[in-house]
Amino acid sequence: MADVNLFLLQLFTGLALGSVYVLLATGLSLIFGMLTVVSFAHGAFFMVGAYIGVYQYGVTGNFWISLVVVPLVVGTVGLLTERFLVRPLYGRGIDYPLLLTFGLSYVLIEIVRIFFGVQGIPISTPEGLRGAVNIGVGHFPLYRLFLIVATAVVVGGLWLFIERTRFGLIIRAGARDPEIVRVLGIDISRVWLLVFGLGTAIAGLSGILAAPIRAVTPEMGIPVLVESFVVTVVGGMGSLAGAVVAGLLVGVVFSLTSLYAPAFAETSIFALMALVLLVRPQGLLGRAGLMG
Amino acid sequence: MEAFRPQVDFIARHRVAAVVVFLSLFPLLVPYQALAVNILIFGLYAMGFNILFGYTGMLSFGHAAFLGTGSYGAGIAIVHLGWPWYVAIATGVAAATAVGMVVGFLAIRARGIYFAMVTLALAQCVYYVFFQAETYTGGENGLRGVEVGVIDLFGWRLDFVDPTVKYYVVLAFVAFALWFVSRVLGSPFGAVIETVRENERRAQACGYDVARTKLVAFVISAALCGLAGTLRALHLSIVPIDSLHYLTSGLVVMMCLLGGMGTFFGPFVGAATLLLIEETFTNLTRHWQLITGVVFMACVLFFPRGIWGSILHWIRREGR
Repeated sequence: MADVNLFLLQLFTGLALGSVYVLLATGLSLIFGMLTVVSFAHGAFFMVGAYIGVYQYGVTGNFWISLVVVPLVVGTVGLLTERFLVRPLYGRGIDYPLLLTFGLSYVLIEIVRIFFGVQGIPISTPEGLRGAVNIGVGHFPLYRLFLIVATAVVVGGLWLFIERTRFGLIIRAGARDPEIVRVLGIDISRVWLLVFGLGTAIAGLSGILAAPIRAVTPEMGIPVLVESFVVTVVGGMGSLAGAVVAGLLVGVVFSLTSLYAPAFAETSIFALMALVLLVRPQGLLGRAGLMG
Repeated sequence: MEAFRPQVDFIARHRVAAVVVFLSLFPLLVPYQALAVNILIFGLYAMGFNILFGYTGMLSFGHAAFLGTGSYGAGIAIVHLGWPWYVAIATGVAAATAVGMVVGFLAIRARGIYFAMVTLALAQCVYYVFFQAETYTGGENGLRGVEVGVIDLFGWRLDFVDPTVKYYVVLAFVAFALWFVSRVLGSPFGAVIETVRENERRAQACGYDVARTKLVAFVISAALCGLAGTLRALHLSIVPIDSLHYLTSGLVVMMCLLGGMGTFFGPFVGAATLLLIEETFTNLTRHWQLITGVVFMACVLFFPRGIWGSILHWIRREGR
């Protein structure tokens, strides 16, 4: 029994870890699905979100405020990025926005180093979310449970927003055929602006949510960027359901290999990606030909 | 410019000789020799990358994997196996070529923008593999003791510790690589890779095996970056784990674009520019990467041709 319980606990740990991946990949996918832009600054926005959140938490002592402030601030940075840096590059080839956001990640990392130093800063688990609860198979850290719930709320809210609102309808239409949407008299560039802002806001939010379980350093966004790319490739680009399934899958694969074969924990998710590329290059839930 | 037309054409026709002559005189322009060696090695790294990015139109974000594998291959051959330096170089290049085949085989299945993400992820995987094989690679501390004091060339002994000698030994390899790249680009294969860059579908329709062309370009590119890696290991006498880092992959993208992608000499211009920025500003501020990032963003936004590419464009327009 003990073995089964250990397995199930580790499975839950994987789901909590995967929740962060789900949020990151959702933001990436949203931006890509609309703008066909892969944001290489996504990891840097994650890191900026963590720093702003930790700073805010230190000033007011209230973690919950961060969950509102961080998406607003990082989302605003995202809006400015799209408007002034990415927009001039539309129509100039798919690589240019990618290269630009790569340069931007350099700049963001360095700005954070200037303000907060090159060392990481510590963050304690927020009050009220400390300790562990019994989930039937053993004790599980409350904060990780909170991560799973928070992710479910954000992704659920996003799904309702895209599927059930008028603006969501425009987003869906714009992802399919921006030209027709423009012909129908909708200012598509404003939609792109807002979607980019929304995607970065989610990246920032995942940064502060992940901060208590990860070390907060200026470079924290780099492995996160790579991992969210793995998730996106596994799940299929531009698919929200794919982001959710692949995010959780990658989290679980990572946590289970760290339990049973710790030496291969880091490389296991890449093996998963390689397998998906060989068997289903468009990703588990991706549409073939979308990447063409 | 019209008056210099014959001279410009002459240089363009003898591009390998022209670059080698320039690089032979280059140390006179640089504050110290170790920096010149660095520029040469990173120029070679960027040139290898340029074959894929500039000429085939595939943006890889994982070329540190080949630089690093080349370095570790040569380093392990010298430190653990005690092999002579020239065998070490061959080992490093062979290792990088092998890794290039595996990564390339997987990555070319992903098209367009996916390709950059997949190469980045696979390079990170290579990073973890070397990081964890601590017995052979030294893990986090890097592989130390890649010492080559004297280079024995058919009884002719060269003091490799002397920076000037080191520069010209490295230049000999770079000259070979320049000749090789020039031949590849001038061959029918060179025309095919540029066709793939311009219009993949049309290349396919013309009967070219696009997937194979891409893989061959990828492997050639990996081998050249591996060569740069082996030379870097000999130059530094240590293989830092950073050789495999994401930022080292990013650095070569910046060098290539800044210098001028798809130009013969651009990668060296880009490497020199970035390393000189680093050299100049590290003494003034520890945040020199801010300047690198801003310069690169400005380049993407306003000068996508890069420095050398813009100069070439200007010469050609004037000539008309």
